[in-house]
Amino acid sequence: MRQSTQSALKRSEALAADAEASRVRTAGKRLGGWPEALKRDRYLYLLILPGLLFFFIFKYVPLWGLLLAFKNYSPFLGFWESDWVGLKYFREFFTSPDFGLLFRNTMAISFLNIVFFFPVPIILALLLNEARLLMFKRFVQTVIYLPHFLSWVVIVGICFLLLSQGTGLVNNLIVQHGGKPVPFLTEPGYFWAMLTAQSIWKEAGWGTIIFLAALAGINQELYEAAKVDGANRWQQMLNVTLPGIKSTIIVLLILRLGQVLDVGFEHIYLMTSSPVSSVADVFDTYVYRLGIQNGRFGYATAAGIFKSVVGLVLVVAANRLAKKFGEEGLY
Amino acid sequence: MKPGFGATAFHVVNYGFLTAVALMTFVPFLYVVLVSFADPTEYLTNPVMIVPAHWSLSSYRYILSTSMFMHSMGVSAILAIAGTIFSLIVTSALAYGLSRKRLKGRTFFSVAILLTMLFNPGMIPNFLLVDSLGLMDTIWSLILPALTSAWYVLLMVNFYKEIPDELEEAAKIDGCSDIGVYFRIMLPVSVSALAAFGLFFAVAYWNTYFNAILYINRDSLRPMQVVLQMMLIAASTQVADPAAAVMLESEQKIPPQVIKMAAVVVSSLPIVAVYPFLQKYFVKGMMVGSVKG
Repeated sequence: MRQSTQSALKRSEALAADAEASRVRTAGKRLGGWPEALKRDRYLYLLILPGLLFFFIFKYVPLWGLLLAFKNYSPFLGFWESDWVGLKYFREFFTSPDFGLLFRNTMAISFLNIVFFFPVPIILALLLNEARLLMFKRFVQTVIYLPHFLSWVVIVGICFLLLSQGTGLVNNLIVQHGGKPVPFLTEPGYFWAMLTAQSIWKEAGWGTIIFLAALAGINQELYEAAKVDGANRWQQMLNVTLPGIKSTIIVLLILRLGQVLDVGFEHIYLMTSSPVSSVADVFDTYVYRLGIQNGRFGYATAAGIFKSVVGLVLVVAANRLAKKFGEEGLY
Repeated sequence: MKPGFGATAFHVVNYGFLTAVALMTFVPFLYVVLVSFADPTEYLTNPVMIVPAHWSLSSYRYILSTSMFMHSMGVSAILAIAGTIFSLIVTSALAYGLSRKRLKGRTFFSVAILLTMLFNPGMIPNFLLVDSLGLMDTIWSLILPALTSAWYVLLMVNFYKEIPDELEEAAKIDGCSDIGVYFRIMLPVSVSALAAFGLFFAVAYWNTYFNAILYINRDSLRPMQVVLQMMLIAASTQVADPAAAVMLESEQKIPPQVIKMAAVVVSSLPIVAVYPFLQKYFVKGMMVGSVKG
């Protein structure tokens, strides 16, 4: 295979002129309609067919299922025979006491994440960028990227091994030194902090990559110029480095704001136990519990639609906002 | 310019701080690895031990002899291998097609794919789709819905755009069809990108948890993360699954904590083993698309 590539490469040099001519021919052929295009590029269409089918079946066909939110779905009657109920489920969802609770929990978890998680990768990237010893820098990067690749089951599992009340190392140490065991995992007051800390542990290191790339893209001459002007390290950071990564920060913040209602379903699901359920229930876990576990498909779909629509509106709004501030935005 | 006292102090603090960050990230894993090798009686008499005085493989011998854990490892291995192959073929073939400018409908297809990044049908419609396709309780329910994503396709399209047209045309002159070009030119020249994507897919399949909760009810098809959750989390909080509870009671009286730690180590070993290769590729992989936009 490699040989055929090399020979193809060699030929390509020799046949550069021919290739040019053939490109002109191809460009000429492009003018044809669909039947001709399908015939000419039939193998190309064959290649993209499985992928297109995937996106159609798994990303577009389920949109049809959103109609369930307006139906009293019964698995025995099937989709078509089930009765239409209009906006009943939406009304029920918005007026139920659950709604306020879900909204509070989701917003609190998201807010803590934006305030405490979001700046960490930026700060780490700035500090890593200042570390001049390449070996050291690479070592730190290797260590802090690793948790990203482990599953939430492993991350939450290790937290249980360390923190659980009867058997965890931390509580064993506290008891040994005459203290009272701390219910880290079952006390609702600690739950949001635990979630935030675990997110930082797992993903903050990985989050530095995009900022390190932005930092590497800053023109080094700007630093030279700043030095000539007598700027010290701190002033260079304020006047060269931060402006250099400002647009990256803003774009990522927009993305984050657009996902305010996405609070890491798998993570929260794994951390949830009955003592903390009042602070752990968020839109996704609610949809799972009522829809999949209790079989209330219509109601759960309505709750899910609320979440998707708010998410879409937030992305569009955040993008507008960014453009107002003179940034490029996402699209 | 000679570095002043301030600059030196900054560097000392900076190196110290970054070392502390690395240690804080790593120490929990190190603890789990160390205690997983603890001698059962040593852990029972001193549950706050950190470095074992007597090393022992008993917890590993035990975990590797339990059929439930080993069976789930097998399911996950099959899932990771089969899933990665399907994901790579579908993603790269689609990306190669979409990267050719002559493909009619290219813009329409690309926009239709990119739009899927903006919305998500949600859990219930996805669940009912998998159900109505008859994929419930099959390994396909863990592969097909997770086959690829708009983001991966976008990154790979940008990669294939970089490959000069001349290569393709030379092969065409030699009589290759588009499928021939894909297999004989495009796949070989993109081997490093495929390796990077393959590692990402493999890790994602290996870590499959929630789709299995949704779509798998049969015990024999449980992937490893599900069994791990039953051992590590469910067993210590809610009403434990009897099978998982039994599993933590070994005849040799190995403390459940130590068995759990060994399970964490065994289940994470494949990822740690591919990690050096991942690291070589991932920064490149993440950046391929975003640089060219």
